[in-house]
Amino acid sequence: MHEVSIMAEAVRMATEAARKSGAVRVTCLKLRVGTLSGAVPDAMRFAWDVVCQGTEAEGARLEIEPVTAACRCEACRTEFDCADFINECPRCGTPGARLLRGRELDIASIETQDH
Amino acid sequence: MCTECGCGHGHGGADVKIGGTSHDHEHGHAHPHEHGHDHSHEHGASRELSLNLSLMEKNDRLAERNRGYFQAKKLLVLNVVSSPGSGKTTLLRETAARLAGKLRVGVIVGDLATDNDAARLRTAGVPVIQITTGTVCHLDAEMVARAAEQLDTDNLDLLIIENVGNLVCPADYDLGETLRVVMLSTTEGEDKPLKYPPMFHSAQVVIVTKGDMAAAAGFDRKQALANLNKISHHATLFEVSAKTGEGMKEWVEFLAQRHSVVARK
Repeated sequence: MHEVSIMAEAVRMATEAARKSGAVRVTCLKLRVGTLSGAVPDAMRFAWDVVCQGTEAEGARLEIEPVTAACRCEACRTEFDCADFINECPRCGTPGARLLRGRELDIASIETQDH
Repeated sequence: MCTECGCGHGHGGADVKIGGTSHDHEHGHAHPHEHGHDHSHEHGASRELSLNLSLMEKNDRLAERNRGYFQAKKLLVLNVVSSPGSGKTTLLRETAARLAGKLRVGVIVGDLATDNDAARLRTAGVPVIQITTGTVCHLDAEMVARAAEQLDTDNLDLLIIENVGNLVCPADYDLGETLRVVMLSTTEGEDKPLKYPPMFHSAQVVIVTKGDMAAAAGFDRKQALANLNKISHHATLFEVSAKTGEGMKEWVEFLAQRHSVVARK
């Protein structure tokens, strides 16, 4: 449900960056979303259609690149993908491996048009 | 169906390209793919701008500002999260009452609507600021900053922020708190930590509430603790009943101890 707030912030950041660069329209928004970010891509797409209306990003294409969460075991240095926060090393069984990626909620880039 | 001309031919999903003008399967009919006239497609220069910015950047920045402000005021700040009905307000009222004369407590409480919780908390004799979020499912750092302005923070030791009852969305919003406290009531089921791992993983303190209801609800304590240990192994755990007072002494002593650490800095 907080996807609406997140996407409203995405519109704000994208249109601000476009204006600063001298562009008038945002035609594409590219996001990187980690599988443990807490945001759901489908809900983000749904929210995007609503929040971009009436802004310089109205009708812009939304591309979401998922980032699979991965951990590194502090004991045996094994790297492994993790589907949740139960970061137990599949090799040595040590719990609490450190998350390397998967919490991303980033604007990677935008495509703009000058006039 | 072919998405380019609607001619009914099956295409492999991976090959489908929408928006192009050329495609290479056979038609049962002929039609031109080009327009019979020219028109301009000038839209000005198209550019890609690399940003690499977090969408949480603004909130994170405001949260850091809050954190600095709270540190300067030597305030211990709790961000208390749980599902609706897990006993946040009752526990916080009881906590404030037990801290009377030890720590000066202020409360910021967030709800979608009504100020019922604020009214209940005021019965403990502490200042309470209600944030009514309307449709927003979480508190953010800016709302907390605005609410904190209305409190006499020079004369407080402990600021408790009671977040909107929701185990999903508040997990992503740093408020600038010292400690994130997540509550799990014995009436909710032992698997809540497994169902809402981001929230339970992000908390430094876990409180199992409604200890007095455990037997009636058939609460499997051993299973709940095992689940918590998987997700929140780093968190400090308390098991309390605000009603009978069980476990409240340890919880309140913990707060006093943590406040002394904040006040020494």
